[in-house]
Amino acid sequence: MPADGLRHRLEYLFMSTKGLVLMAIGIIALVTVVWGTLSGPMAEWGVKDVVVDLLGMDLVHAEREGRLVMLYHTIAMAMVAITVYLITDNVKIRRANAAMINSTVTAGYLISMFFGLGYAYFGHNQTYHGLYLLGMSLVFYAGILLAIALWPWRDEFRLSGNSPYARTRSGIDLERTAIWATVVAALGSAALGAWAGSHYGSGFNTFLAEDTIRLPIKGPLELAVIGHLHIMLALIGIAITLVIGRWFDFKGILHRISMPSMIIGTVVLTLGAWAVVPYQEIAHWIIYAGASFSMLAALFMVIYGLPKIVHERLREQGLDRATLWQKAMALLHDPLRFGSLWQMIFMNFNVSFVGIFMAVKLDELFRVWPHREERIELTGHWHILSALIATIVLLYFADRIGLKGRVRQVFGWSVILGSDIAFGAITVFEMKRLFVSEYTQQYLVNTLMLMADFGLALVLLATGGLLVWRLVDLVTPRGLWSRIDESVPDVTVTMDSSQQGVTQ
Amino acid sequence: MKRSKGLAITFVLLAAIMIWGGGCGKVPQTPAGVGQHDLPGTAANAWVMVPAGEFLSGQFNEVAATDRAFEIMTTEVTNEQYADYLEEALKAGAVEIEDGRISGYYPGDEFHGGKHEAEIKEGYYLHMDLNDLATRIAFEDGSFRVVAGYEHHPVSMVSWFGAKAYADFHGYRLPTELEWEKAARGTDGRPFPWGDEIGHQYANYYHSGDPFETSGGYSDTTPVGFYNGETYGDLETVQATSPYGLYDMAGNVGEWTADIHYKLHDRTIRGGSKASYEIDLRIWKSNSAPPGYAGPSVGFRCVRDPR
Repeated sequence: MPADGLRHRLEYLFMSTKGLVLMAIGIIALVTVVWGTLSGPMAEWGVKDVVVDLLGMDLVHAEREGRLVMLYHTIAMAMVAITVYLITDNVKIRRANAAMINSTVTAGYLISMFFGLGYAYFGHNQTYHGLYLLGMSLVFYAGILLAIALWPWRDEFRLSGNSPYARTRSGIDLERTAIWATVVAALGSAALGAWAGSHYGSGFNTFLAEDTIRLPIKGPLELAVIGHLHIMLALIGIAITLVIGRWFDFKGILHRISMPSMIIGTVVLTLGAWAVVPYQEIAHWIIYAGASFSMLAALFMVIYGLPKIVHERLREQGLDRATLWQKAMALLHDPLRFGSLWQMIFMNFNVSFVGIFMAVKLDELFRVWPHREERIELTGHWHILSALIATIVLLYFADRIGLKGRVRQVFGWSVILGSDIAFGAITVFEMKRLFVSEYTQQYLVNTLMLMADFGLALVLLATGGLLVWRLVDLVTPRGLWSRIDESVPDVTVTMDSSQQGVTQ
Repeated sequence: MKRSKGLAITFVLLAAIMIWGGGCGKVPQTPAGVGQHDLPGTAANAWVMVPAGEFLSGQFNEVAATDRAFEIMTTEVTNEQYADYLEEALKAGAVEIEDGRISGYYPGDEFHGGKHEAEIKEGYYLHMDLNDLATRIAFEDGSFRVVAGYEHHPVSMVSWFGAKAYADFHGYRLPTELEWEKAARGTDGRPFPWGDEIGHQYANYYHSGDPFETSGGYSDTTPVGFYNGETYGDLETVQATSPYGLYDMAGNVGEWTADIHYKLHDRTIRGGSKASYEIDLRIWKSNSAPPGYAGPSVGFRCVRDPR
C-alpha cells in the first residue's frame, strides 16, 4: 500500500542508522552544492549572482564572517549527528536509549540547519535565530544522553576476563571509555564555544579565527573560540577513528595499548585546548602531548588494520605464500577498507606534519611572510582535515550500505584518488611560498587549482552518484529501504561474546 | 594484474607531468594593458583634505575619531615618483645602494618582548631590492629608471622602511590606520570606498578581468586612478573614489600604514590588492607583514599636515 510504503521509507530514513546517515550526508551535500556557489570559481563565473537572486538571499558585506560561522555550525551539527548515529550503531547501548539519542540529535541538527541558514542568509528573523539555538541545544542534550548511555562503569557493559578487547582488571571496557571520554570532552568543548558564542550575540558581531592569529593580545572570548574550533574538529576525528576501529574489529595487544593511549590523548588534548583561555603560554605543550597519545593510538589501529586487509584477502584467494606484488594488490583490493586507513596516513602528510612544521618554523619562516599567507595556510589546514574526515565517513558508509563489485571499486578509488589529488595540491598551495615567490607563482597556482578542482569534482561526482543511487532506491518499490532489518534501529552490536543480550 | 600495474604507472606519470608542467616559478608575461593604457587615470601628485572628527570604524561601525585634519595623496605613490625620490635620496645620502639593494637607516622600535615579536633594532634596513624580478625600478648607469609602461603604476616591492623613508624625505608621513580608514570610508560606514557593492568595474583585484591581468591569470597593477569612469577596451569603469576623492583605496596595491603595535613588530597593510579576493577589499579588512617585507602587491601613499 502507498501509505505503508511511505511509512516504511520514513522509518528507514528516520529510524535506521543507514537512513539517518544517508539523510544527513544528503543534506550536507545539498548545502555544500548550493553554498559552494557563493565563493571561488562559481562566484567568478556569475553563478553566485544567479543563486542569490533565485533564492532571495540577503548578503550584507559586514555580516559575511557571522554568516560563515553559522554555516560552519549548521554543517557541523549534521556531522555531529552522523558521528552520534555511528556511535549508537557500533557501541552497545540499550535500544530505547539509542532511539531517544538518535531522534533528539536528528531534530537538533535539522532545526539548527534549517533555521540557522534561514537566519544567516535570508533576512534576520529573530525567531529563526532562537530556533537555531534550540536546535544546537538539542544536539547538546543528545550528547548528554549519549554520555549517560555510554557510562562505562555499568556492570552490564563490563568485559569478561577472556575478552580480546582492552579492559581494566575490573572489566571496564576501555574502548567504550574512550568513546565516552570523547563525548564528555565534546560536551565541555561545546560549552566553551557556547560561552563565547553567547557573547558575540546574534551571530554577526563575530570574527574568523584566522583573522586574529597575529594579534599579540587576544581576549578570553577570542581564545575560547580558537580553543573550541580546534578541539571540536579533533574530537570528531577521534570519534570517527574509534568507529573505524570497530569496523575492523580492532582487538588484541595493539588494542590494549591503543585504547588507554586514546583515552589519555583525548583528555589531555581537550584540557590543552581549554587551557588556551587561561594559560595560553603553555597550552600548546599540553596539546602536543595529548595529540601525541591520540596519534599513537590511531597509528596502532592502522598497524593492526592494514595487515588484516592483506591477510583476509590472501586467505580468500587461498594464497599461502604471496609475492610482494600479490600482497600489495591484496592491500588495495578493497578501496573502502584500505581507503579509510590510508586517509588517516595521508592526513599526516598534509595536516599533522604540515602543522608541526609550521609550529616549529613559525617565527623563522611563516611570520616573515604577510598575514594573508598564514591565513591561507590555516584555512587550508583545517579544511583539509575536516574534508579528509568526511571522506573516511563516506568510505565507511558506502561499505555499510552494501556497495559491491565494480561500483564499490569505482566509488572507493574515486574518493581516495580525488581527495588525495585535491588535498595534496592544496597542501602544496598552502606551502608554496617556501619555494616560489608571489610574482612567479601563477603557473604553479593554476596547475594546483586545476588538480584541486579535478580531485574535488571526482569526489563530488562519486558522492553525488551514491546519493542519486540511494534516492532512486527510495522510490523503487522493493528497494534496499524495504529490507526489514534496515527499518528498525540496528543498534545491537556484538563486540564480544560476553556482551551478548544486553541491547534487547 | 597487468592492467592494475598499468593504471598505477599511468597515474604516477600523470601526476608527475602535471606538477612538472606547473613549474616552480615562472615570470608572468607582460599584460596586454601595458603599452595600451600607460597614462594615469588621474594626476598622481594631488592631495585632498580629510577633516578631523568622528566616523564609523571597523566591521561593526564603532565610533572612532581622527583628532586633527590632514591631507592625503589621492593616489598611491607611483614608480615614477619613487624613482625620482631614489635619485634625490641617493644624492643626498639618505639611502645606500649595494649590489642592487637599496637600504637606509632606521632608529629601531621599542621592544616589548611579545611572544612572536621580533626586535627591530637601530640599523640599516632594506628598502627595495632592485634585483628582484618583480621590481619595476632599475638602476642603470648611475641613475634610476622605471620599466617602460609601469611609470604610473603604484610602486611595489617596497618595504615599510622604504615607504617611511620616502615620506620622511619629503616631510610627509605614512597614515595611521584610523586616518587611512577615515580617508577611505568617510563617515557613513560603507563597506567599500565607493559605496556598498563591488564588481569588476570598481577596482583591481584577483581575477577582476582588467587589461592588466595576463591570460595565465597573473593580476598585475593598474595605473593609479584607473577606475575613473573611463572605458578601456571592454572594461567600462566607474568613478570609484572614496567620499574624499581618493582612488585605489581598495585593490591595486595594499598600503603600508604607520602604526607600531604593542608587542608586535608587524606593520598593517590596508586596502586589499590586485592579489586579493573581493571580500578582502572591504574597508575594515587588513593584512600585515614585518616591516622588511617587500611584495608585488604592497605599496603606500602619504599624508601630511594641512598646508
